[in-house]
Amino acid sequence: MKIVICAGPPTSGKTTVLKQAARRLLAAGHRLAYLKIDVQFADEDEVFHDTFGIPARKIYSGDLCPDHCSVLVLGDAVKWAGAEGADLLFVETAGLCLRCAPYIEGALGIVVLEATSGMNLPHKIGAMLSLADLAVVTKIDLVSQAEKEVFRANILDAAPIDVIEADALHGIGIDRVVARMQRTAPVEGRLMLRGSPPVATCTICAGKRDIGWEHHFGVLRTLDNDLFYRGQ
Amino acid sequence: MDIERITVIGGRGRSGDREPLEGLDLEMGAVISIVGPTGSGKTALINDIGLFANRNTPSLRQILINGSTPPEDCLDDPSRNPIALITQHTTFLSDLPVHRFLSLHARIRKHPRPADVVEETIDFANQLTGEPVVVDVAMTELSGGQTRALLIADAVVIGNAPIILLDEIENAGIDRTRALELLRRYRKIFVFVTHDPRIALLSDSRLIMHTGAMQAQLLTSPEERGMAERIRAVDDLLLELRERIRAGDRVAFEALGEAIARARSALSKEEGS
Repeated sequence: MKIVICAGPPTSGKTTVLKQAARRLLAAGHRLAYLKIDVQFADEDEVFHDTFGIPARKIYSGDLCPDHCSVLVLGDAVKWAGAEGADLLFVETAGLCLRCAPYIEGALGIVVLEATSGMNLPHKIGAMLSLADLAVVTKIDLVSQAEKEVFRANILDAAPIDVIEADALHGIGIDRVVARMQRTAPVEGRLMLRGSPPVATCTICAGKRDIGWEHHFGVLRTLDNDLFYRGQ
Repeated sequence: MDIERITVIGGRGRSGDREPLEGLDLEMGAVISIVGPTGSGKTALINDIGLFANRNTPSLRQILINGSTPPEDCLDDPSRNPIALITQHTTFLSDLPVHRFLSLHARIRKHPRPADVVEETIDFANQLTGEPVVVDVAMTELSGGQTRALLIADAVVIGNAPIILLDEIENAGIDRTRALELLRRYRKIFVFVTHDPRIALLSDSRLIMHTGAMQAQLLTSPEERGMAERIRAVDDLLLELRERIRAGDRVAFEALGEAIARARSALSKEEGS
């Protein structure tokens, strides 16, 4: 099974990129499955099922950090996609946390960033960019030539990964994203997270709303201190 | 890459039939306008050019550079892409001051003398727009006309793209005759999508679009070129009227006497010729 994990901030165009890619991959004879992970609402699974007739499902993470949730459910999801007869699984993240990095070894990790999000965005996000294989920069028709170039230079400055500029709405640049997906080898054996992204579930993620470190467990800090650990 | 020519090999129009115009060659230095009603496929055509369509867009057109398929690397990196596309929606989002923003672009392009190209860019932009750009104002505070002028100047001077595609620049306070004059000093291929008769007639040729298909390419005749000059007096009349209305004046036919007389004389000369 080939696995494509697509991360990126909200409204960056993850779904549009994947829809454009799905159309081309299906035409090339691939058998796709699609999984969306989100917190409390998503209809992308219905869109993929209705538009392309492919097996598609969603997982609501609820109180759990959606990327933590992804780590927990992805093993089952790969089995599900296999049972559905798919040879390529799309996983689209919630994209709510700018730091999430749910990429796994051997899979293709794509971060979708919009060119309109400000030239310094690549420096602001960490592992979501640096642990990806490929950055797809969307909405390039809306920004000046200069900003396109500065944005790319800032990505390469933050992480030496591949960058493809795309206008996903009009399908521009998508062929090259698809070629990259097709070149990706199937994932074999043990599934491992690529790095240690900041996806740890904490007491806040799990719904404890009190303000102040005294009320929490796990990795904590005070205003003046470095991180420390407090177990329950 | 030295660009001598881009070629558009025709595909299919919206009806699915072959395009009447089978192909189009644009030699370095060419200035061409794409004309046709809204929805006729003008923007789709420049998008095809901008992404080096290879029978993989709805039109099934193919774009060649110097007679062959463009190398992959010119798509990989916008600074190596020979095409700069400026659309009606393109804008600056950075709130950096103008000179710092342009210096940043010049530095990324590794210009040996960044200060010089920045100055040339601002100078160029100021000749395109009636309202000079103040260099320490934020990019996002520029007016529509200033923004458009600076977008063009940046793509031409700092970006130095050999092929520049401009989608309806006339809507943004650009001096069109001046723009054409200035742009022709740079040896590039300029493609205008336009509804403006003057831009069309000041181009070397115009491509007629209809129902998504290239219909014909008309070379601008000497007579048409002369028309562009004469029609300028009519345009200037409207510009003067616009300026007065913008300035808050009341307007009267008589007050525009001189501009009207010039327009009338330019038009009657045409009738006589």
